[in-house]
Amino acid sequence: MTPLDRLSLAHLWVSILAFGAAAAMAFMQALSRANLDLPWRSAKMYYLSVTAHGVLMALVFTTFFIMGFGYVVATRVLGRPVAAPRLAWTAFWTALAGTLGAAAAILSGRATVLYTFYPPLRAHPAFYIGAALLIVGSWLWAIALLATYRAWRRDHAGEPAPLAMHGMLATVIVWLLATVGVAAEVVLLLIPWSLGWTRTVDPILARMLFWYFGHPLVYFWLLPAYVIWYTVLPRAAGGKLFSDPLARLVFILFIVLSTPVGFHHQFMDPGVPAGWKLLHTFLTFGILFPSLVTAFTVTASLEVAGRMRGATGLLDWLGKLPWGDPLFSSVALSMILFAVGGFGGAINASFGMNAVVHNTAWIQGHFHLTVGSAVALTFMGACYWLVPRLSGRDLELKLLAKVQPYFWFLGMLCFSIANHLTGLMGMPRRIYDASYGGSAAASQWFGLTGLSAVGGLLLFTSAGFFMLVMIGTGLAGPKREPEAIEWAEPLQPVDPKPSLLDRFGLWTALAILLIAIAYAYPLWAHLQMPRFGSPGYSPF
Amino acid sequence: MNVPLYEKLWMWASGVLIVAFLTTVAIGVASSALQPPSHVETIDPAKVWTDPRFTARGVTVDSAGVTVVAVAIMFAFNPAELRVPAHRPIKFRLTSADVTHGFQIVGTNANTMVVPGYVSEFTTSFDRPGEYLIVCNEYCGLSHHVMSGKLIVEEARP
Repeated sequence: MTPLDRLSLAHLWVSILAFGAAAAMAFMQALSRANLDLPWRSAKMYYLSVTAHGVLMALVFTTFFIMGFGYVVATRVLGRPVAAPRLAWTAFWTALAGTLGAAAAILSGRATVLYTFYPPLRAHPAFYIGAALLIVGSWLWAIALLATYRAWRRDHAGEPAPLAMHGMLATVIVWLLATVGVAAEVVLLLIPWSLGWTRTVDPILARMLFWYFGHPLVYFWLLPAYVIWYTVLPRAAGGKLFSDPLARLVFILFIVLSTPVGFHHQFMDPGVPAGWKLLHTFLTFGILFPSLVTAFTVTASLEVAGRMRGATGLLDWLGKLPWGDPLFSSVALSMILFAVGGFGGAINASFGMNAVVHNTAWIQGHFHLTVGSAVALTFMGACYWLVPRLSGRDLELKLLAKVQPYFWFLGMLCFSIANHLTGLMGMPRRIYDASYGGSAAASQWFGLTGLSAVGGLLLFTSAGFFMLVMIGTGLAGPKREPEAIEWAEPLQPVDPKPSLLDRFGLWTALAILLIAIAYAYPLWAHLQMPRFGSPGYSPF
Repeated sequence: MNVPLYEKLWMWASGVLIVAFLTTVAIGVASSALQPPSHVETIDPAKVWTDPRFTARGVTVDSAGVTVVAVAIMFAFNPAELRVPAHRPIKFRLTSADVTHGFQIVGTNANTMVVPGYVSEFTTSFDRPGEYLIVCNEYCGLSHHVMSGKLIVEEARP
């Protein structure tokens, strides 16, 4: 194993272990939803586990996977070493120290504030400092990746970046733009407040800064998944990428549109004028476009693969695809779930209609299809592909790896259908007990909550299979010769001349302009109002 | 950029779909039928109980219309039971005396965040008389799931 592969693998292992811990937390929630009376089941454990599940899945599993995957792309696609290996390891240890600090605060019951940590709920300072360190680590990662790209550019003047790197650059830019918001929230507002240096904090200002970050955060998760859909999946299917320039267009559109949309998470907030919410609504719908283009290009690539495998009819190419390959089936199933989740997202963003679903179980149904399937299942599939190639060990327990994606798919269907429906029936999200003292309205949710619990158990089984395969591979996988990591070829050769779509500086400038239009005035006007802060509360 | 015909058609169709979605939103806005609660008004959360805007809690009916005034606290709404007439516009005014809460009337689209330091306000009406469950839908502590209230919609007496 080369030192570079060790760097990538270290990130993947932290990611995989965080996933395993988070899945165990979700198991407890599934039992809670089933209303099984177990001796250790309590409200304290439930809300603690929701916090740990959210932080470990949404912030740790994803971030570490993306950091590791970024190094894989930089080293294997650009074919050169990471430009600043010391910096890269510093990034790793900083992010890991932050994660462990925040995890200690959560698991000791001192930070049951959920992964959105809205003040004036107040966690132990270690939670906020840990979160800040995780972000600082990711910034150092971004610098290491950009430095590697610049070094490559010096040797390849005038060439467009290979598509996978193009996508990772978009990921890095979206992340750097987005994290400004959460860094301001955590460092300027929450850390001093949790240490007692400031007495109060303005909850709406904190929510504005959080959601400035919170929505592009989902594209930080999604873009590396898209990199895999565009540059890994077509080859895994036995075909070629349908269109390289359209994929480049998609990544560029995400740079431009990811951030100036955060108010669509605050439709139900007081203190934010409706006009600005409406502007963010319009921009949010713009983001549907690159995802719709992706749906076409990726599906067309799969059809190309099916036809290269001998299909001739209208739809028989679907049957020719390698559904028994865990990389392929994970990614393909994740895309099917994402198609449903994407339209749910359009409903969430629909200004007035949001009132029907805001903070109901619908929302958890929605994001388990997006981040919980499109992203998580794609990343799991990628682990089946990357871990053997990086570690030089063959997959252990291959049968479990083959069935695992299907368990996830079925479990997620049960879970998300149940939660979408109970959400429409008014059931709030994140509640320990859904009985409301035997209320008639609440009694209609039962049955569906049982289906949600069944989904949770299927998902937990799937996560268990994944962990067994990964840990088995890491500890006992048969040694094999190191193998090259292959990337998909486009159907048409890539134009050797860079186009407008390769001018990252220009598109980043446009993104900053749109962010200024969407946020500068509302933030300034907010700060001009007479505002009253809140002291902290820790009711957990 | 050389885009294949089918993909070109798909991209145009995507554009049409997005415009159709946005037109739907715009019609809702233009007709004033659907607006998210976006009232901008601040209040000192430490003085909620003595602030004149929140001392007369409950339902008041006067010439200006029907107004509901309530305060959310860990882990209850004050008052916990509200009686309002059917078929009339009802203005809700809410704030929090501690952490951030939610206020959602199950089976309707009445839904707002209730944030300390701010006054939430929205107007809606109820056409079906009966008893409705009010829930807090924003996590507010270990007893979040018991935080609820009751809305009773009564047919106006002749």
